[in-house]
Amino acid sequence: MRHLLSTQDLSRGDAIRILDTAEEMAAVGDREVKKLPALRGRTVVNLFFEDSTRTRISFEAAAKRLSADVINFAAKGSSVSKGESLKDTAQTLAAMGADAVVIRHWASGAPHRLASTDWIDAAVINAGDGTHEHPTQALLDAFTMRRHWSRLAGTGSQGADLSGMRVAIAGDVLHSRVARSNVWLLRTLGADVTLVAPPTLLPIGVEQWPCKVSYDMDRTLEQGVDAVMMLRVQGERMNASFFPSTREYSRRWGFDDNRLRSLDTLGMKDTIIMHPGPMNRGLEISSAAADSPRSTVLAQVRNGVSVRMAALYLLLSGDTREPAATPGAGHFAGAAPSTKESI
Amino acid sequence: MAANTGTYLIRGASVLGGAPADLLIRDGVIAETGTGLAAGDATVIEAAGLVALPGMVDIHTHLREPGREDAETVETGTRAAALGGYTAVHAMANSNPVADTAGVVEQVHSLGKAAGWVDVRPVGAVTVGLAGKQLAELGAMADSRAGVRVFSDDGICVHDPVLMRRALEYVKAFDGVVAQHAQEPRLTEGAQMNEGEVSSVLGLAGWPAVAEESIIARDVLLAQHVGSRLHVCHVSTAGSVEIIRWAKERGINVTAEVTPHHLLLTDDLVRSYDPVFKVNPPLRTDADVQALRAALADGTIDVIGTDHAPHPSEHKECEWAQAAMGMTGLETALSVVQETMIETGLFSWADFARVTSTVPAVIGRVTDQGRPLEAGEPANVVLVDPAARWTVDPSAMATMGRNSPFKGLELPGKVVATFFKGHPTVLNGALNTPYRGAGTTEGAA
Repeated sequence: MRHLLSTQDLSRGDAIRILDTAEEMAAVGDREVKKLPALRGRTVVNLFFEDSTRTRISFEAAAKRLSADVINFAAKGSSVSKGESLKDTAQTLAAMGADAVVIRHWASGAPHRLASTDWIDAAVINAGDGTHEHPTQALLDAFTMRRHWSRLAGTGSQGADLSGMRVAIAGDVLHSRVARSNVWLLRTLGADVTLVAPPTLLPIGVEQWPCKVSYDMDRTLEQGVDAVMMLRVQGERMNASFFPSTREYSRRWGFDDNRLRSLDTLGMKDTIIMHPGPMNRGLEISSAAADSPRSTVLAQVRNGVSVRMAALYLLLSGDTREPAATPGAGHFAGAAPSTKESI
Repeated sequence: MAANTGTYLIRGASVLGGAPADLLIRDGVIAETGTGLAAGDATVIEAAGLVALPGMVDIHTHLREPGREDAETVETGTRAAALGGYTAVHAMANSNPVADTAGVVEQVHSLGKAAGWVDVRPVGAVTVGLAGKQLAELGAMADSRAGVRVFSDDGICVHDPVLMRRALEYVKAFDGVVAQHAQEPRLTEGAQMNEGEVSSVLGLAGWPAVAEESIIARDVLLAQHVGSRLHVCHVSTAGSVEIIRWAKERGINVTAEVTPHHLLLTDDLVRSYDPVFKVNPPLRTDADVQALRAALADGTIDVIGTDHAPHPSEHKECEWAQAAMGMTGLETALSVVQETMIETGLFSWADFARVTSTVPAVIGRVTDQGRPLEAGEPANVVLVDPAARWTVDPSAMATMGRNSPFKGLELPGKVVATFFKGHPTVLNGALNTPYRGAGTTEGAA
């Protein structure tokens, strides 16, 4: 793996390797000194062309726990807003010796452009591009689901996938990079995915995706789900006639108190409720659902740091071992930087 | 001052792919055809194995001048045209200032004459400033020295149905034609690529086929209602083909063009996010490509139009959504059409001549172009080596645009020579010298 641009081109082996590595990284977060020397002397640039404080600080925490130097480059208020091109920005970062660029961009495909041109030779991590993909979000979601799924199975999560898990992803699929990344990754890991959305918020072409599609939230719940992932819906969408009103949206597709109760009625005691945040409480998810014991919202945030540590570590450590050779637990406890890394 | 036309004997060329024959060119016309013609004082061009075709006529070219001379000039664009086998191009109106007055179309026309590589036929804007509000002075452009017959807001659709109706009606006064860029604007707000499976995966806003088809359906009905001539630019979908076929069956006076890139490339290429593949209308699916080829073969689509659209590299070296739409095409059109239509057995070289020369000249009312290769006809002739193969290298092209989507592809067919009004603008596959007309200071070196 040279870059992390999408989950669509992520093999099952690579995906499991990232998740397994993230488990080890999670152990670091439980220690008193939450830091590894693995990326000492390496420079990670957070290049954000779009505001996203939570994603940026998650990557920042991940890089710092690995002892990397972190530069935050917010395109707003920088030379970019004065018209500097992505190419010039990339070449500037290359000249400054960036080893990895974590890029968030409003334009779909911008990370691909960085990775496929000769503008910069750094590892590129897609931190969300337009309405295309958000691979680390999907990985942290899968990590969260895998812990839950393997706990139910009474097995460890190392090496496990999501075979047989039924996942519903509900909301504005059309504009969601989170939905896309999750559909590809969850499918790769063996889960059965159902998208639930108004027809206006599903892309033309979705019938070719490796998942089921439903317009009916209640029927989807009745058929049985192990995880329900609610997507953020922008209220302004109603101005473009994607739905008539926020209230109608909430009634038909929101995860409200009635639907929270129906999980109990239907006997689905282990079903979890997920949300990538930030939430619109009262629109796509009710407060009772967001704060219920089923909710994994905060676990997702916590796991995000571990998954991003794993991604940075695997891309920057020069570790090209096959998944089978994934180091066992404790490998990182005293991980000294390699000769190359210490230069 | 005499014209710089000489005497040339093209020996043993396969005329329109048929039996070998000689063509004697003298004083700007084909003086004689036959076999075993005496060379006399003529410069002999051995053309065994080459196909002789009428000089190609592009119904759809962007030369960018005036206004965007950083993208292309009339000089560079027409050099590219000559190298591509063209002897006439229709220069689209979306320059800056827009070609919406007699003054601008005459400027473009005289720049073309001064360059001397091909006949530059300016296209006039349908509406003032391409703004879609008010008719431009179509009559003044028709009566100008440029003699405009093709009117188009290309790049923008004339979407107001009343304005489109009036334009179709008005151009009847001087045998003009409205060339429509069929794109329903509301259905394509922010559109980035063909709407379908690939756009759903890439998260790029879709440009649905229906946005093209609905405008074509409306326009053919309008053309029928007012008894006018309609030309549809760059048809890109299978559904558009069906509507045009239906219209022609009803006797509606509609012609249609397809670009070389829509005959070869599909939206699968967008997966690279490389903006060299960004174009309007967008690359479609393989089913569309096959339908377009079949329609060109059966005559539903009448002509090839390159939609040659050069852009400075900074407009393509960026994010997909930021990039300009358009591809260069003049220097690759012949090869792409050979690859998609002749190598596939759908076309003969006579068919090729029909869609690249004869019919586009008729649509544009270019009377001395697209003529048969017979004695007494103007000597607009291109010689093609159909057996040649070459690899597309945009940096080696005459156009200033480096945005060729065919970069790196190996394609068949090379232009060996282009004769424009009896003068070789291209010889041995390289630019020669421009044509200089007689009795005029225009174009004097």
